[in-house]
Amino acid sequence: MAASSERSPPPFPDLEEPELLEDRDEGADACHRRSTGTSISEMDSPSPDTSRPPKDIFNEPPEDIFSDPLSNINSEPQKKVDAKISSPSSDEAVDLFSEPLDDDSEVMSSPEVQNPMPDLLSEPKSGVLGEPPVQKNAARQQDVFEEPPKGSSKSSSVKKAASAEMLGDDDEEEDLFKEPPKVVTRKPQPSGPPVDVFTEVKSDVKVKPQVKDDPTDLFSEEALTAPAPKPSANSSSSSRTNGVHSEEQDLFSEATVELSLDSPRNDRKKDAVKPSVSAPAAPEASSSSKAPSKTLEELEEEESEDKFDLNISVTNPEKVGDGMNAYMAYKVSTQTSLTMFRSKTFTVRRRFSDFLGLFEKLSEKHSQNGYIIPPPPEKSILGMTKVKVGKEDPSSAEFVERRRAALERYLQRVVCHPSLLQDPDVREFLEKEELPRAVSTQALSGAGFLKMLNKATDAVSKMTIKMNEQDVWFDEKIQDVENEEQHLRKLHVMVESLVNHRKELSGNTAVFAKSVAMLGSSEDNTALSRALSQLAEVEDRIEQLHQEQASNDFFTFSELLADYIRLLGAVRGCFDQRMKAWQRWQDAENMLQKKRETEAKLLWANKPDKLQQAKDEIAEWEAKVTQYERDFERISATVRKEVIRFDKEKARDFKRQIIKYLESVLHSQQQMIKYWEAFLPEAKAIA
Amino acid sequence: MTSISEDSDKEKMRSVSVDLNNDASLVIDIPDALCERDKVKFTVHTKTTLSSFQKPEFSVPRQHEDFIWLHDTIVETEEYAGFIIPPAPPKPDFEGPREKMHKLGEGESSMTKEEYAKMKQELEAEYLAVFKKTVQVHEVFLQRLSSHPMFRKDRNFQIFLEYDQDLSVRRKNAKEMFGGFFKNMVKSADEVLISGVKEVDEFFEQEKNFLLDYSIKIKDATAKAEKMTRSHKIADDYNHISGALNNTAADNNTAFKKHLEKCAEVFEKLRKVEDRMASDQELKLTELLRYYTRDIQAAKDLLYRRARALADYENSNKALDKARLKGKDVAQAEENQKQCLQKFDKLSESGKKELTSFKARRVVAFRKNLIEMTELEIKHAKNSVSLLQGSIEILKSN
Repeated sequence: MAASSERSPPPFPDLEEPELLEDRDEGADACHRRSTGTSISEMDSPSPDTSRPPKDIFNEPPEDIFSDPLSNINSEPQKKVDAKISSPSSDEAVDLFSEPLDDDSEVMSSPEVQNPMPDLLSEPKSGVLGEPPVQKNAARQQDVFEEPPKGSSKSSSVKKAASAEMLGDDDEEEDLFKEPPKVVTRKPQPSGPPVDVFTEVKSDVKVKPQVKDDPTDLFSEEALTAPAPKPSANSSSSSRTNGVHSEEQDLFSEATVELSLDSPRNDRKKDAVKPSVSAPAAPEASSSSKAPSKTLEELEEEESEDKFDLNISVTNPEKVGDGMNAYMAYKVSTQTSLTMFRSKTFTVRRRFSDFLGLFEKLSEKHSQNGYIIPPPPEKSILGMTKVKVGKEDPSSAEFVERRRAALERYLQRVVCHPSLLQDPDVREFLEKEELPRAVSTQALSGAGFLKMLNKATDAVSKMTIKMNEQDVWFDEKIQDVENEEQHLRKLHVMVESLVNHRKELSGNTAVFAKSVAMLGSSEDNTALSRALSQLAEVEDRIEQLHQEQASNDFFTFSELLADYIRLLGAVRGCFDQRMKAWQRWQDAENMLQKKRETEAKLLWANKPDKLQQAKDEIAEWEAKVTQYERDFERISATVRKEVIRFDKEKARDFKRQIIKYLESVLHSQQQMIKYWEAFLPEAKAIA
Repeated sequence: MTSISEDSDKEKMRSVSVDLNNDASLVIDIPDALCERDKVKFTVHTKTTLSSFQKPEFSVPRQHEDFIWLHDTIVETEEYAGFIIPPAPPKPDFEGPREKMHKLGEGESSMTKEEYAKMKQELEAEYLAVFKKTVQVHEVFLQRLSSHPMFRKDRNFQIFLEYDQDLSVRRKNAKEMFGGFFKNMVKSADEVLISGVKEVDEFFEQEKNFLLDYSIKIKDATAKAEKMTRSHKIADDYNHISGALNNTAADNNTAFKKHLEKCAEVFEKLRKVEDRMASDQELKLTELLRYYTRDIQAAKDLLYRRARALADYENSNKALDKARLKGKDVAQAEENQKQCLQKFDKLSESGKKELTSFKARRVVAFRKNLIEMTELEIKHAKNSVSLLQGSIEILKSN
């Protein structure tokens, strides 16, 4: 869907933000959905009336832009301006919405083509190489990229003037028009099968000077809307939005390619957030060496802003059903002041497989982008069977509690991720009453088997891919992560043994307490007898303390390590995704090489009939190479950003947990003092 | 080879299990000991004003076997039958730490240098603790003897203290060992047999029941306490965790590193406190119970001897009746009966005294040890509290 259209204001920001997001997703699924009616019916919105307006706006724009740019562009701006005037508060929503888009599809260059459509479309399918739609999309994008340069080369002065009028902001315009040429120089002209939409647009641009104004119109619109988020960000809940803003900047400053493709909108956004950064951003883009330090800074900055007012708790584990079909359901309560949710507090019931299902969905969508998706706790057939059998023994109670806590941490990690929080599935998971049953998580189901197979092939391909790492940062980081995982594993074993020993100690203390109580009852000296039974009591309490401490050892310390061992696994997964992207790029590069050789041969053999085809193929592969290279750069940038974020998060998390753990130890020691001090007079009373 | 000279620790060490009426006329301690392989050489130092000794102060080298010999001769002395004979010190047992040391040597390659050094240090500390404990139980044995009005005059005891050469007591050979074992068997069988003899004195009846019951309970408590103190492996785990944290920190260079290092430090400190807590518990609680398990056995032995005498007396009564009936050997039987009665009366009299004082001694010792243990527990817990508070502050602040 065109981003420009999304900019159009919805009346109640808090209410329809969710819808907007949902919508986007649907758009991705269903391409151009033209019939408003069907989409509404498909939406699970509890309040259809509010959902209507955004819907309309959404569904229209794609048509506008793709099918009939000429006629609509003229009318569209007006519409938007109108809408804007009607409800300024909607800007916030708009802003919120445009961000996730950006995250998902940073490749998007200029705002007028900021249609997530092609990107979103190409993403899911990107695994399937060489499929026509992908090519088309790539081509489409490129076409679009070239559009502004053409315009600018022709009459940039005119444009500038025009835009200056509209925007009242020269800087940005310059950015806008400076950048695209870079793209052009870098990129071969795609002579691949251009989609009709583009040819249309192109021709429009060429033929009618009037149309040149259209992009500027759009731009100007952007300009008008873009500054708007600023006040809104300041005004209410959107410290988070700010965080996302700066992240975006990271993205763009990190990745050279992206910066060169950088959309004016983003630049403008930068301006909106941090005017100082915007100007040097473009030149800096060429020198990637500067990027990391800058990212760090910015992330540092982000940290302070990165406060989510979102509390999620998983409580009340409850067995539903009987026998082997029984399962545990958990109450997932959310407390938030984020406007993207319908209400401030809400509660849903979810079962374990729903949590797994959420993870599946998220990783399907986001893992190839290089996001670190927090992994949920593992399935445990043994533990669950025990619960199912229904024995009320402490081990199964412990299992349930352990899982509950793990699920809670898992959800908290998910919503802590700024991009994942925006995912419609996450919100659905938190808000929606009924979720479709997640089927693919069945341990031994067909899907599970397929997944296993996939993992196996992944592992094989991982072994076969020999990537010569160019980036020192990644080289070191990959090594670090592996080392750290090793260390954490060791540490985990140690802490586990601490837990066991503490439990053993607790058990032995209990036995000793009993024994001392017996001894006390046999003692014929009354005072000593009394003291001994008091001692038995003290030992009993200490036993309790040890037990509590053991569970603290386990829950705050051992589980923390277990979590991070899993998370580091996810981090490695990201590195693998990046490697895969690299591999794809290399493969395409090789293919291109081959095609060129074929062309040379054909030239030499003088076979003009096949020559054209070969040329087409070369163009196609060139496009692919560029696309994949960009993919790779993008994923590298994302992974890098993600890892930095992860490291920060980890340090914070560890610190918090360690303090919590030490406090628990402190507490038990304080109790110990209390118990012994109470005993001391008893001991002294022995006579 | 390990050698210790405990001056500062002496107070603490002597405090263990017994409270002795300190009589300045005969003061014995073991200021020094030397460990060679499985032999431990104790230096027994005596200070005395008693005229039965040639010098007022002297030191002699003694081995564990010498102590056993002394104990055995005292047990075998008929005239001491009415006393609770101080239990012999247990054989020095360095197997535990030694075995660990061995294991440590084997595992040297698998751990880092620091870990190894730390483990070694820990083992040495453990070894030293066992060593000190050994010295202490031997010292206590001698002190018990010296504080007893009868035993202190014992000839063998004085020889043990004074003879400045090696006593070179012959070790028990296999036959004697077996003999000892056999004697024990007979004794327990005999105990069962004479348990049928009707008790004439209520005090002893009571005391017997009490001691039987108490000995079972205290044996159990000792075993449990040993198990409990043994399972104080928390310190070890803390050590490992600290090491692992340090390793993790070493390979890290993010903000994470600080936390890890700090955390490792905390664990290292906690380990020390935990270590001391465990060893103090062992010394004050387990050792106390252990000692009184032995002491109660000694008291039970006294009761047995008295019961034996009582049985003998009853038998002699029967024999006398028989003799009177037959009119044969009446005088001899009368004599025998009289002796038995005398012996029994003597045993009863001294036994009563001994048991009463034993009870008082036990109560005092328990009191002392429990108070000390409690105070130490509080001290250690307070240490960890302040340690933890400080660490939490630091962690929070950065």
